[in-house]
Amino acid sequence: MIPLNWLLLVSAVLFAISVAGMFINRKNLILLLMCVELLLLAVNFNFVAFSRYLGDINGQIFVFFVLTVAAAESAIGLAILVVLFRERRSINVEDLSTLKG
Amino acid sequence: MNESLNPNLLLAIALLPLVTAAIAGLFCGTLPRKVAAGITIAGVALSFLGSLHVAGSIFLHGADTFNGTVYQWLVTDGVSMQVGFLVDQLTALMMVVVTFVSLCVHVYTIGYMADDDGFNRFFSYISLFTFSMLMLVMSNNFMQLFFGWEAVGVVSYLLIGFWYKRPTAIFANMKAFLVNRVGDFGFALGIAGVVYYTASLDYTTAFGAAEQIAAQTFPLPGTDGVNAMTFICIGLFIGAMGKSAQVPLHVWLPDSMEGPTPISALIHAATMVTAGIFMVARMSPLFEHSEYALNFVLFIGATTALFMGFLGIINNDIKRVVAYSTLSQLGYMTVALGVSAYSFGIFHLMTHAFFKALLFLAAGSVIIGMHHEQDMRKMGGLFPYMKVTAITCWIGSLALIGTPFFSGYYSKDLIIDAVKHQHHLQPDNWIAGYAYWCVMIGVFVTAFYSFRLLFMTFHGKPRWDANAAHGDAHGDASHAHDDHAEHDDHGHGHHGGAPHEPGWSMKGPLVALAFPSVLIGGWTVGPLLFEGGFGKSIYFNAEHSAMLEEIGHSVGDWLHFGVHALQNPVFYIMLAGVLSAYVLYIAKPHWPDAIDAKLKPLRVVLENKYWFDWFNENVIAAGSRLLGRIFWKGGDTAIIDTGLIGGTTGFIDWAAGVIRRVQSGFLYSYAFWMVIGLVAMLAWFLSRAH
Repeated sequence: MIPLNWLLLVSAVLFAISVAGMFINRKNLILLLMCVELLLLAVNFNFVAFSRYLGDINGQIFVFFVLTVAAAESAIGLAILVVLFRERRSINVEDLSTLKG
Repeated sequence: MNESLNPNLLLAIALLPLVTAAIAGLFCGTLPRKVAAGITIAGVALSFLGSLHVAGSIFLHGADTFNGTVYQWLVTDGVSMQVGFLVDQLTALMMVVVTFVSLCVHVYTIGYMADDDGFNRFFSYISLFTFSMLMLVMSNNFMQLFFGWEAVGVVSYLLIGFWYKRPTAIFANMKAFLVNRVGDFGFALGIAGVVYYTASLDYTTAFGAAEQIAAQTFPLPGTDGVNAMTFICIGLFIGAMGKSAQVPLHVWLPDSMEGPTPISALIHAATMVTAGIFMVARMSPLFEHSEYALNFVLFIGATTALFMGFLGIINNDIKRVVAYSTLSQLGYMTVALGVSAYSFGIFHLMTHAFFKALLFLAAGSVIIGMHHEQDMRKMGGLFPYMKVTAITCWIGSLALIGTPFFSGYYSKDLIIDAVKHQHHLQPDNWIAGYAYWCVMIGVFVTAFYSFRLLFMTFHGKPRWDANAAHGDAHGDASHAHDDHAEHDDHGHGHHGGAPHEPGWSMKGPLVALAFPSVLIGGWTVGPLLFEGGFGKSIYFNAEHSAMLEEIGHSVGDWLHFGVHALQNPVFYIMLAGVLSAYVLYIAKPHWPDAIDAKLKPLRVVLENKYWFDWFNENVIAAGSRLLGRIFWKGGDTAIIDTGLIGGTTGFIDWAAGVIRRVQSGFLYSYAFWMVIGLVAMLAWFLSRAH
């Protein structure tokens, strides 16, 4: 059996990659959405790992909820993205700073 | 035998004028003049009849004093506030005086205000005044007293500014109101003192606790503490000084002559200004316990009596002369209070109400007859033209100066007698000596200015010009008209022409007031003052009642008392005053100017009214404005507006300017800060866990 630490390490790496993706990516909004999904997956990975380690099925059930919400979220995100693109003709993150104080 | 008074009757007496005032006032735009005048006069007339009945029950049939609550308003913290009546001899007397003079003035107003647009409004006001005054005198508790006190003040304000388009009238009514506020401050403090020491607003409780109050000390800041009763009494008397126009709060009364003459007669001579005198007499159980307060009262009264009389000598406005005379006579009443001769003060109040109302109404009649001319220098020789006015005015003046057998003689002579006794009782009390001299000289001054008024107005060479505006034809026409028509023709067009007697609606009240001016003094002096007429309504301590008894023995009945005048120096002082007036204004009319030239500094002092107005305007009013400006500029504008409110907005603006930089608008920067925050929180959480 794969020790828990390895699994957690993978999860942490996934998380770090997605956060770094958010910071470093300055061009593409779709990439940003993907990073968010990855973030959630990293968390899911944690859930599953602990569920197995503790022998508690609840963690895996929770993953389904998270996946559902994540699917809904990305659907909405993509819809907004489409509308945004129609309005602006751009999905460049650098251009989207109208909320600047 | 003893009948008791019906509370419903008392309620009706007080409320009838209020109801009619409300009707006349609320519908003043639509109600025909005759209806408005009719209902208000009917209301006051019924009140008068009711008051007569009450007075009859009390004085003739010995009815019991009525003291009861008719309406409980509210109870808070054990202090109950209620509408209640205390009707005893003192109250009954005041009720009759108030309603009688009010009735005369109502009738007189029909003629005087005939050509005024505010006819209905005026009737509403004077009825409202009658209601307020009745509430004041009939009250059995301090709350209602204060209500009546303020209500008469408000009506006085409304009536002084009745011609609200005249700037002088607005100035005068504001002045009256403000000066009275100063007095009311003291009055409210006095009442607060009573509530503090007795936890009750009721007269009976307060009077019953008088000795306990007098035994306590009030910790007045800046002193070692004063006697509680002295504090209360001086507070109450300051209220009386405002209402009864005593020095130095007298300044509003001469200016109040801006109002129409009928209210000068009703409010500023006969009734409202005597509220202070009445109040002190009503509070006699309290004042009797404070020698200091009484001396204070005496000093103020004596000063007013003499120095305001002087001002009457130099005034040329007929109404103002009478106004200063009122001040001086109020001073006499206050002197009577100060020597504990409350009953004498009230007696003088009553006789004065009749003859001073008469003098004012006569002055109003002269003003109307002279086509709204008030300057006595432009009168003279009016006697043949206005006989009724002149004769009644003579009667009023004779009563005022204290001619034997006229009512003023009895009341004023008794006051002087009381002061003399007080002076003899307390030879080393300089205030009593000062008061004695003031009232003695005051007699000369009163006689002088009264006869100066009579001579300048009705006798001597005419100084008016009959052909001033419209010529003789019009003047004759108005004469012929006046003989049969009542009052409709005053001042409509004929500003000019010979003076004429007004109609009977104005002459009637003059005649009606002339009778009590002559008779009431001699008729009531014995029974009222020396045979226990006031019953228990006025309280004297042992020393003072002995003094009054002695005076009673020395004067005898009204006839002896009248004849006694010939042996009394007061009578000769008065004659001297009359003779000097005759010499100066009839025999040698050029002398006043010569004397005037010699005594210029004195005249300057008098013309500036001892600089009271100057002081008030330049020190008190200017000081208040300066203080207000300091608080406005320093407190309001600088600290609150700029400092607190401006400081708050300024700080928020600055802080927002700093914090807004965080809002870059870029998602990645938000995400970055979120993560940083998360890490920081995690680190904190973990470090705590260990």
